[in-house]
This record gives sequence, structure tokens and C-alpha cells, in this order.
Amino acid sequence: MKRQIKVTINGVGYSHEVEPRLLLVHYIRDVVGLTGTHIGCDTSQCGACTILLNGMAIKCCTMLAVQADGAEILTIEGVAKDGHLHPIQEGFWEKHGLQCGYCTPGMILAAYQLLQRSPNPSEAEIRHNLEGNLCRCTGYHNIVKSIQYAAQKMAGR
Amino acid sequence: MTTATRLFGSAIKRREDPRFITGKGTYVDDVKLPGTTHAVFVRSPHAHARIKSVNTAKAKSAPGIVAVFTGQDVQTGPLPCAWLLPGIKIPPRPVLAQGKVRYVGEPVAIVIAESAYAAKDAAELVDVQYEPLPAVVDCQKAHAKSASQLFDDVPENQSFDWSIGDKAKTDDAFKAAAVVVKQRLVNQRLITNAIEPRACAASYAPATGDLTLWVTSQNPHVARLLIAAFVLGMPEHKMRVIAPDVGGGFGSKIPVYNEEVAVCWASKALGRPVKWTAERRESFLTDAHGRDHLTEAEMAFDRSGKILGFRVATHANLGAYLSTMGSLVPSYLYGPLLSGVYTIPAIFCRVWGVLTNTAPTDALRGAGRPEATYMIERLMDLAARTLNMDPVELRKKNFIPADKFPYQTPVAFVYDSGNYGPALDKALEMVGYRKMREEQEKARKNGQYLGIGLSTYIEACGPAPSSVAGALGAQAGLWESALLRVHPTGMVTVFTGSHSHGQGHETTFAQLVADDLGIPMEQVEVVHGDTGSVPFGMGTYGSRSAAVGGSAIYTSLQKIKEKGRKIAAHLLEAAEGDLLYEGGKWSVKGSPDRAKAFGEVALMAYLAHNLPQGMEPGLEVTSFYDPVNFTFPFGTHIAVVEVDPETGHVKILRYVAVDDVGKVINPMIVDGMVHGGITHGVGQALWEWGAYDDQGQLLSATMMDYALPKADQLPSYETARTVTPSPVNPIGVKGAGETGTIASTPAIANAVLDALAPFGVTHIDLPLTPSRIWQAVKAAKK
Ligand code: FES
Ligand code: FES
Repeated sequence: MKRQIKVTINGVGYSHEVEPRLLLVHYIRDVVGLTGTHIGCDTSQCGACTILLNGMAIKCCTMLAVQADGAEILTIEGVAKDGHLHPIQEGFWEKHGLQCGYCTPGMILAAYQLLQRSPNPSEAEIRHNLEGNLCRCTGYHNIVKSIQYAAQKMAGR
Repeated sequence: MTTATRLFGSAIKRREDPRFITGKGTYVDDVKLPGTTHAVFVRSPHAHARIKSVNTAKAKSAPGIVAVFTGQDVQTGPLPCAWLLPGIKIPPRPVLAQGKVRYVGEPVAIVIAESAYAAKDAAELVDVQYEPLPAVVDCQKAHAKSASQLFDDVPENQSFDWSIGDKAKTDDAFKAAAVVVKQRLVNQRLITNAIEPRACAASYAPATGDLTLWVTSQNPHVARLLIAAFVLGMPEHKMRVIAPDVGGGFGSKIPVYNEEVAVCWASKALGRPVKWTAERRESFLTDAHGRDHLTEAEMAFDRSGKILGFRVATHANLGAYLSTMGSLVPSYLYGPLLSGVYTIPAIFCRVWGVLTNTAPTDALRGAGRPEATYMIERLMDLAARTLNMDPVELRKKNFIPADKFPYQTPVAFVYDSGNYGPALDKALEMVGYRKMREEQEKARKNGQYLGIGLSTYIEACGPAPSSVAGALGAQAGLWESALLRVHPTGMVTVFTGSHSHGQGHETTFAQLVADDLGIPMEQVEVVHGDTGSVPFGMGTYGSRSAAVGGSAIYTSLQKIKEKGRKIAAHLLEAAEGDLLYEGGKWSVKGSPDRAKAFGEVALMAYLAHNLPQGMEPGLEVTSFYDPVNFTFPFGTHIAVVEVDPETGHVKILRYVAVDDVGKVINPMIVDGMVHGGITHGVGQALWEWGAYDDQGQLLSATMMDYALPKADQLPSYETARTVTPSPVNPIGVKGAGETGTIASTPAIANAVLDALAPFGVTHIDLPLTPSRIWQAVKAAKK
């Protein structure tokens, strides 16, 4: 009963036979082997598994791999380009936006979408947009600062 | 050593970050062992029941199945409790349930298959028949003759009856009091919720008899000792425990858990690797919970507001079994904190540790100290109201004066150093206290309810010393190890027994070493979390890593330099006493050109062609540092909130934190820990509650039902520090991992109740949810 799927992850094409019930996050982590996408809750509440799917930030613990057939996916491993950190990654490093690092990939991808939609967000807007991403270490204070840093950097300021 | 910009004290970016921000960390669930099998646990749906039968036949023929084991198969020692209080009863805690289940989620069987999905399918086929028994959940109700008993030989479900302080003296103080404030306080159960769920993977090599366990642990050596020697009964040295990148601990990754032992046992039985990762629901049900105290507290004052005495009686909910540190947290990490930052002549505290049909409790960020601090700080505010004094004034009046340190409290602790006034003053200045009070007045007239809440807290970090802990019941030492290996090239590898699960030790410890040796940080690497390479260490808990782990490193550094100095003196043909170590080299005083660099000396130590007579070659040192005392950080936090009495909604307008954590190695990292700590305590004050119903079903078993703090509910914090170095360790540090959590719960609670003062509301139990606030306002209006 396995089904063939084709996806592009971080610009690389993959094709696998998968069980229809296989969760996309397990596909990414266990079949493709990209373990940067984390599982924190498996019930779409923590945001640790946030990826971009066809440009939209989604929680891939709540999607089946077969539903992603034909999709373009961006995971944390694809955010840096040609060995250069993305400004959001830089921001998290500069502003100490992470401690244990477990929520971080999801945070970075949530921020990625936010800054695409709103390049110069207010603090309130940033906080509102992170509502679906939980961090137990930072109290969000420096995550907000990290995203502000990235927004400035991306605007060339 | 004292160069212009010292590494010690600098906000250096973390060297662990590049791997985390690019998705290249290695957490336990990322470890993929060839040929691994996957485990799923069959868990009790009942809080209390007799197991009538377990039928595994169907599961054993499921597709992809490898094995199913029950409590009958897995015969090991019980999971240990590592702190023995006088007269304590520690009923055995089996790895898999034996005959009875005592909390929802208790593992009954382990199902192992070729994939996690197949294991989950097969687990559905395990048929367990139960005979339900009456459950006890509330620890006061459980502590009664008529209550249903968890264990036949633990009457009234009482594991221990512990006390500290002078009862007679305290009773006398109350007789002499002009004012007594009294409050029953609930410190609700919390569930830690590190974002990384617990996970473990065991791999047994039949050919050599070596067992390797990757596990989400804050203390891999302790886990190894307990699992190998006490539970599995195998030679400890044949087991290696690796706690790689760990996604937050907050206390919940200190204990030894059933699942870790079960996968080890199963891997030995099967000769194949076995891996398990918790689902979040399992984290909720089976990670050690925290807090859960019911307390009657009363404080006696004279007419002027001086504290005369403090009397506390607490029922502490231990859960169904004693977790590894389950007995320590509500006793020695709680009672000795009851003097707070105040001069209190007489204190008496009694604690009943009670077993209930709930998940075992253990350390949770702060562990005992938040419970004590919340109580003291709530009572101070209640007293201020009763005495008609400003809460600031009352606190100042009772502060232990700065010239009284070291200060002996009536509850065992000797505070190392402190200066409480300046931290309070700084916080008042930052928040603009007087102006805030005026604004509050004005706002009230407009029907807006602002509240200003203070908390002047004490924290105790780095439990110590081992000999005292041993006399008080510890089954472990409280020291830390540090192996410093200087390589022939002058590179340094630091093997620390501390464990980082977000604390950033790879950076701070490298700063410490590079600063002391006067070499670039790039020359220093920090290794932790692997019993295969690190000498026995105690791991990270109780905000001890800098104070104890850092001091161990410092001790090794001095020994390295001592040997280096001998070699340098020999090479320079100078007297040791004439040498100066600065900027990474030994030079002869007065003639700086006669010098040997650290790297040259390291090379000579290994070449060994020309060493002082009788000196062994090589340059590496292992130290075991046993602290002489705890360290005692302190500070003042002030919260400003607005409460809407119509909806019960609380908005945090401002949050000011002034902490004194002694000397600071990396201020950026300390600030980060303070932010996270505050948030954890805010969660307890306003939202978080591990709630069971009367049948022992966990009502808040998902992240939908258990309200973790979110970004949009919080302000940015305003933080500052005062610096009072600790005299008890060589680097003057105290500890910063838990201060925020200890301080913030009472600051927020006091602020909310201050806002509700016009309604005559004096107390609401935690968490201060909108419905509770709304009800309290409504009840008060009647
Ligand atoms: S793991 Fe997907 S949202 Fe938590
Ligand atoms: S950094 Fe640890 S959960 Fe966010």
C-alpha cells in the first residue's frame, strides 16, 4: 500500500515509497535524514517542527508525507546559502536568541515567513507571530531582539 | 591575566550556536544506530489498579514485532531515590509495573518493533486487565487513616515527616507577637515541558559486554551509576552514558526514569539497539512533575513591623513513587530557605511527604526555593497590608544588614555574602516606584487597576559540601570534576562533569580557561556529557555549574600553571618565585624578554628532554572540587500589571529584575537565563497548572490544556545587576539559572493582588487565571 512521492527539499529532489500514514516530519527526519527539524509536541502546538512548504510556514508534525507530494520544502538545513548564514540565523547568534537550541529551527522558519510578509515588524507583531512557537529557555526576549536584528539587516540598515 | 579586555566578564557570542542555528545539533532522537529497534510503552490508563492479567500473545505476532516484555520479564532492582531522610519510607519503584499500577502513565509493558509505527500498532494489541482501586490525588486527603493506601506498608501514605528549626522558640515568638498574618497557600503542581521530549537509545555489544546509552540527561555519570550499579546490577565501567545536545532540562532530566532502564535491559536481552522517544502526552504523564505543596504559613511581627517568627506546615505531594531527588526537594531545598533575605529570629517548618496516585515529583526549575520564596513574599505583602506599611518599607526594615555576613539563619544555612538594599534601590529606581504609585492612584480613579508587586528573594545554588550532605541523607557527593588536558601544541581540552542543556558551558568555560591562561579562546575546547571521556562528575542541577563546575576547572588551572611554572623556571634557569605569569607566558620579573610561552612549556612537558629532576612528563590535571558552602544569589524583582476586573485578564506592563549572582563570566548568557527564568515563574503565577481530577486523570495532558507562556503574553524585561562576589569559591560566582523563576512568581502574584486591593481581595491561589480573578472580585464585591 506504499505510495511514491516526490519532493524537493532545500533544492534537492527526493523520491521515496512511503506508507500513506507516515507523517511529513518523520519523512524529513527519518527517511531523508534531515534531523534539524525537531519534534517537540507531535500535536501542532509547539512549532518546533516548523518548515516552509511551498513558501508557507507549516507544522510538519501535522501533515502526511503523501500530502507533500510535489512540494517545495525549506528546512533549517537549507536556510544558509553558500556557506553564508541567513540574517535571521545571524540575528539569533548575535542576540543570543537560543539556549538549548531545540525550538530554534522552528523559530527561525517562523521568523522567515514573518519577515517575508512584514519586513519591518513591530515588537507586538513579532510576538503575535511567534504565538505558535514555544520556547522554554529564552522567555522570548532575545528571540524578539534576534528577529529585529534580522529585519534591520535585511533592510540594509 | 588582567589584560585590558578580559574574557571573564565579556558578552562573547556562543560557540555552540552555529550548529544549532543551522540544524546540525545532535539530540538523542537524532542518533540513528544501525539495526536499531524502536520501543513503545503500554501505560496504565488507571491511577490506581491491580493488574489482573497481561496478555501479549497478539502483540507478539504483529507485523514487524521484535519483542514484548512485561514486569514479569524485566526483573531488576527498583529505581532509586538518592536522598534518605530520617525514618523515610521508600517503597520500591519497579521499572515496569509489578502487580499494581499507581499513576496514569505508569509503564506496564515495553513493545519493541522494527519501526516506531509498528511498535505503536503492536502496543495496541497488548491486553491488560485491571481491577480499579480508589485513587488519592490531594496530598492532604491522602494523608489520613481513612485514605486509600498506595502501599500496604506505608500507612497514611506518609513517606516522611521532616522538620527543621526550633519549634518551642517559634511558638514563643508567636505568643509575643503584636500582629500575626496567616495564609493557606497552594503551590500548584507544574509540569516542566522542556521542548525536547525525553528520549533514550541503548546499544549492547554482546561480544564485549559493553552497554552504551544515549539519553536526555542532565547528569550522565549519575545516571550511569544508578542504572548500572543499582538497577541493572552490571559493572558500572561496562556502561557508557552519552547525553549529547539536550533540549532543556529544568530539573526534569535529572531523575533516572523507567524507560531508560527498560531500553538498556531490552537491548541486552535482544542484542540489538533499542530506542524510545517520548510523545508529548507521555512527557506530561511521566516526566517528573514539580511543586504541589499545600501549606499553612504564619508569620509573627511586632508592632513596628519586625518579624519575630515564622511557622510553616506543608503537605508535599511526592506522587506515586519517590523520584531520584523526590525527597530532597520539599525538605532540604525548601525548609532552609525560609529565612529569605530577612532577619527572622525563630523559624519552624514541618513537612509531610505524601504518596498519591499521581506522577512522581522532583526538581523543577528552582526546586523547593520557589515554593519557599513564594510563601515568604506573599506573607510579607499580606503583612504590609495588615500593618498598613508600604511593602518596600517592611522589607527594608527586615533585611539582613550588609555587615552581618556570613549570616547564620535559624534554619541551617550560612549565607555567604549579601547586600540586599542596593539591589532593591536599583529596582525601585528603574521602575520609578514613587511615580508608579502615583500613577496607580490616578488609574484607580479612572477605573483602571494597576498593581505593583515586589519580590526580594534569596536563592541557594551549588549544594554543598559533600560531607554535610552525606550527614543529611545524600546518597551522592556534591563535588564536581574537571580534567584539563593541555596538548603538546598548547591547545587545551576541558572535560567537565557539568552538563550543558542550554547553559552555554562550551563558551563560558572556555572563557574562564582562556582568561586564566591568557591564551586565545580558540585554543580551548570544552567537552561534556560523555562518561566515556569525562571523569566522574555530578552534572548540572541547582544552578551549580559555574560555582562548582567552574571552580573545579579553576582548581585544575592552578595546578597546570604550577607545573608549568616549574618547567618554565627550569628552562629559564630562574627561581620559581621570580617568575610572573601574564599574557600566556612566564617571564622573569624585571626582564620580560626572558620568557617561555604557555605553548612552549606544553611542548617541553611532552618532549620531556629537559624537565626538572624527578618531574613526570605530560601536562594534564584532574581536579575534584568539593564546595565548602552553597552560594546565595539574591535580588529584587518588580512587576507592574494591569488587571481587568470585568474579565479577570492580567496584562504585564513592565517587569524589572535586579539580580546579584556574584561575578559574571558572560553577561549575555546570564541575562538570557534570567529572561527564561522569569518567564517560567510567570507561567506558574498566571497560567500553568498540572491538574488531576479526583480519579487521578491528568486534565492538563496536552499543550492545549497546559498553558505554557507564549511570546505574545509577555513584555520585554528590564534587567540589571549588582555584584557581590561569593567568598566561598575561588571565582566569586554564585549561579543564575533559577533566580528568575524563584523571584518572578511572587512578584507577579503580589502585583495582581495589589491591583485587586481596592476590591478587598487579599489572596487568590495560583495560578491567577482570569476565572479565578473574576470570581474573587465577584465574591469580594458581595
Ligand atoms: S512538533 Fe509539530 S508543532 Fe510541536
Ligand atoms: S532555546 Fe530551548 S526551547 Fe527555545
